[in-house]
Amino acid sequence: MTVDSALRRTSLFETHVEAGAKMVPFAGWEMPVQYDGIKEEHIAVRTHAGIFDVSHMGEIEVEGPGALAFLQRLVTNDVSRIEIGGAQYSLLLNEDAGVIDDLFVYRLGHDRYLVVTNAGNHTADLTRFGQLARDFDVYVRDAIDNYAMLAVQGPNARRIVENTLHIDLPARMKVATRQVGRRPAIVCGTGYTGEDGVELLIDPEIAPAIWTELVDSGVVPCGLGARDTLRLEVCFHLHGNDLTTETDPISAGLGWACVESTGFIGSDKVAVFRANGTDEKLAPFVIEGAGIPRQGNPVMLGEKQVGEVTSGTFSPSLEQGIGMAYLRTDLAEPGTEVEVDVRGKRRTARVSSKPLYKKER
Amino acid sequence: MTEASYPEDLKYHPEHDWARIEGGEATLGITWYAQDSLGEVVFFEGPEIGSEVTKDQPYAEVESVKAVSDVIAPVSGEVIAVNDSLGDAPEAINADPYETGWLIKVRLSDPSEADSLMDAAAYAASLE
Repeated sequence: MTVDSALRRTSLFETHVEAGAKMVPFAGWEMPVQYDGIKEEHIAVRTHAGIFDVSHMGEIEVEGPGALAFLQRLVTNDVSRIEIGGAQYSLLLNEDAGVIDDLFVYRLGHDRYLVVTNAGNHTADLTRFGQLARDFDVYVRDAIDNYAMLAVQGPNARRIVENTLHIDLPARMKVATRQVGRRPAIVCGTGYTGEDGVELLIDPEIAPAIWTELVDSGVVPCGLGARDTLRLEVCFHLHGNDLTTETDPISAGLGWACVESTGFIGSDKVAVFRANGTDEKLAPFVIEGAGIPRQGNPVMLGEKQVGEVTSGTFSPSLEQGIGMAYLRTDLAEPGTEVEVDVRGKRRTARVSSKPLYKKER
Repeated sequence: MTEASYPEDLKYHPEHDWARIEGGEATLGITWYAQDSLGEVVFFEGPEIGSEVTKDQPYAEVESVKAVSDVIAPVSGEVIAVNDSLGDAPEAINADPYETGWLIKVRLSDPSEADSLMDAAAYAASLE
């Protein structure tokens, strides 16, 4: 295996390597794709608790009297609805309503917000934030080097984190500042797996010790491979696959994260898409029988291409091929049968409703 | 199996495939190294019985959760059997790549092709 020296490493790199993780390049970082196996890690998160190093994700701090007005202009959701200690999913669009990134916005104080970005888009996001900051009374700071980010996810995740780190955790979609390893930390009741859990933004210096403490308490180390299968089973978007600057929020099914009345960049285009409808819609589907769909596979209706797979994998929970595809809008209804061309072989696929995986209660 | 192993009675192709040659027939599969690189195999679909496979050419695919890998034929011949048990239990390719995890059997069209394959020692050395 060749290791690109230009790749960045998180403060947990040595921990991953010593534990035998398989490291791969991802969005400019050298990250663990799996430890013992994607299936086992996936099932551990669905049934118990898993921990992911997501320190490659970026953080941008936004502070000042103009912070709210600035974010209302920049991101699509209604930031005024976030109370202090609250969190919100949002999108960053260009003028044509193309999706530059999808983000979480946390409100830490009256005029103080933290925005968590995707690793591959962090630089583009920063440029965007920096350009617009000139027009507002706001201070924008790249905080990527200040934090290691650990996502602890699964039905037992909260209990183990509370007992191991001796901290009270904020509720789902809430955020709080806490002491972790005797250092200030930001603790978020968020995640991207469809399971309950928390995300810990902590001092990179103490990240290996905290990781090890949690693993010693029974949390299963997981790589980005399981993170991808977990998020796809619950139909969470991955920027670069299901969202790009060529896709708009309405086609992507993210109209719920856009509040046009806030006047965000791209809101006029989003309003038109919402009113008139779009030619395509992102739809989840399940392969009936054999075959695993992959990103880029054409979706066919007879001899006509009617869409393209943007995410596809083998679902460890459902034990079949699943995916999401942009489909001609009239076909993007649950129950519709189409075919996916998987490297020359036609596989029957049925459009499903979100999420593809539902927890048994 | 968790430890690397390359049985002495097999012949090896540099693309990480093995052949067990018995008379005019051969059983084919992927090596320990190949399954370890790929990770947990979740899908294998063999070629049709009666179809032809050609040395150095792909004849099937094995898939893990994340990746698809071509399986290269170490020898040429007609497919006379496919390991159907892998449809329900593809993980046998990881657990036991040389016995229960075999992929197909072929009737050799040119038995002399086997001479160009590596023995276990040469293949193991090529991985270092």
